[in-house]
Amino acid sequence: MSPSPDAPVIEVSDLVRRFADRAIINDISFNVHRGETLVIMGGSGCGKSTLLRHIIGSMKPTSGSVKIFGQEITTMDEREIALVRRRFGMLFQSGALLASLTVGENVALPLVQHTKMPPDGIESVVKQKLQMVGLSGFEDLKPAEISGGMKKRVGLARALALDPELLFSDEPTSGLDPIMTAVVDQLTLKLTHGEHMTAVVVTHDMTSAFRIATRMIMLGHGSIVAQGTPDEIRNSTNPEVHQFINGEADGPIPLNLSQDEHEHHQHVKPRPFVAARHRFHRKTA
Amino acid sequence: MLKNYLKLNLSLLYWVFVAPFTGQFFSISQIFRQMVFIGVRATSMVALTAFSIGVTLAMQAAHSLQQLGAEMYVPDLVMLSILREMGPVLIAVIVIGRSGSAVAAELGTMKVSEEIEALEVMAINPVQYLVVPRFLAMLVMLPALTIFGNYIGVLGGWAVCRFALNFNTAGYVLRALQSANTWDLYSGMIKSGVFAWIVITIACNAGLHVEGGAEGVGQATTSAVVQALLAMLVSNAILTGIFFFGS
Repeated sequence: MSPSPDAPVIEVSDLVRRFADRAIINDISFNVHRGETLVIMGGSGCGKSTLLRHIIGSMKPTSGSVKIFGQEITTMDEREIALVRRRFGMLFQSGALLASLTVGENVALPLVQHTKMPPDGIESVVKQKLQMVGLSGFEDLKPAEISGGMKKRVGLARALALDPELLFSDEPTSGLDPIMTAVVDQLTLKLTHGEHMTAVVVTHDMTSAFRIATRMIMLGHGSIVAQGTPDEIRNSTNPEVHQFINGEADGPIPLNLSQDEHEHHQHVKPRPFVAARHRFHRKTA
Repeated sequence: MLKNYLKLNLSLLYWVFVAPFTGQFFSISQIFRQMVFIGVRATSMVALTAFSIGVTLAMQAAHSLQQLGAEMYVPDLVMLSILREMGPVLIAVIVIGRSGSAVAAELGTMKVSEEIEALEVMAINPVQYLVVPRFLAMLVMLPALTIFGNYIGVLGGWAVCRFALNFNTAGYVLRALQSANTWDLYSGMIKSGVFAWIVITIACNAGLHVEGGAEGVGQATTSAVVQALLAMLVSNAILTGIFFFGS
């Protein structure tokens, strides 16, 4: 059942996902090995989040394969996916805390649901995880009572509650101040180096990306524009990569998606009233 | 839409009746939390509704029966109408407006704020964690509220008979009890159990399939209330047909 220790933790091969006739993910392949931190970057709407959703099994690809811990996730049923998911943690962009539970109950949730730990054992794990993200003593507050950055850190504590072998983070540092960003980055480094955790991080934050990455992938229009070690990316001669990591407004990356592409991407239905309202405002202005 | 609804019902049946035997229990404390919200907090509204209905029924009955000189049958009419029809239906209406909309809005908000997805990624089944406690709480509390409402409704009828029609209390109670048999009560209870199922599954289904932000939550809440009301009234007609008109 368990593959050899050198086998990749994540194997994505020839992954394709189409909405209507447009490929959101266009033939992507890569491997992630144990202890690595893979950073996935790319402009807004390039398919980063969609790619992540395919890897964690919440979306099914049009074709191609995704293996986690050596098991093919694209053909699994819900129950099999649930078993795999107990082995990884995921930090959502918004934190995605349950609003009806306190901070402490949120962090405790995976422990309560998936382990037979006694309540005081759970309490001490919750304390320890919250301390790791610098939020000791916040157990009894509700998510609505803390800031966006704090929610994200609670989300990280919750993702780490079961000591996962694999951590997915969707923009872990957006909305955090520079000091907290460094704390979260150090935590990721400590876990990947010390505990041999594997991390897949989607981010826009270049400082943080170069600090934690052992390998980087840059996406554009659903395919891989460049991949390599941080040094290779930094010294890349590819003009798109250069523009992106240096944050330049002018360059080969188009500023706007066409309206058509944008709508496909957001899966929103076209809204005729909005267009009509725009026309009306233009006339009356 | 219908496919999602049937799927929700199947998975609900699995998590309530099959999963506990494989060691995957639902949380009892969650059920009690929902019972307090769905049931206990609705008692005052239910009491006021049921009392008004009891009073109204008695007045209408008195008005018609007086012309025939048959006021003594007012308790019969109040008792039977409340046990068989008015109690289960009107209390379900109150619960749809109060708890059905709240459940749809709550689950819908959780859906749009990625909370449902987060549960799935934590390998927690949203049906087991969110729907099962609400379903079981509703299945217990709607019939319980109906029994409570039946009492209050009959009390409303008594108020009219005692103070406007000069019945004595014992006469009213005896007449009312003589008129009804246990089947009248049970048929109302069966109805209210069926309504509970319909209301909570429609509300949860609407909430779990919200799309498109705050606007979507609003639409889902409205459609949950409308669909639940229609489904409840249609099933009431069918059940009345089966119980009292079939044989």
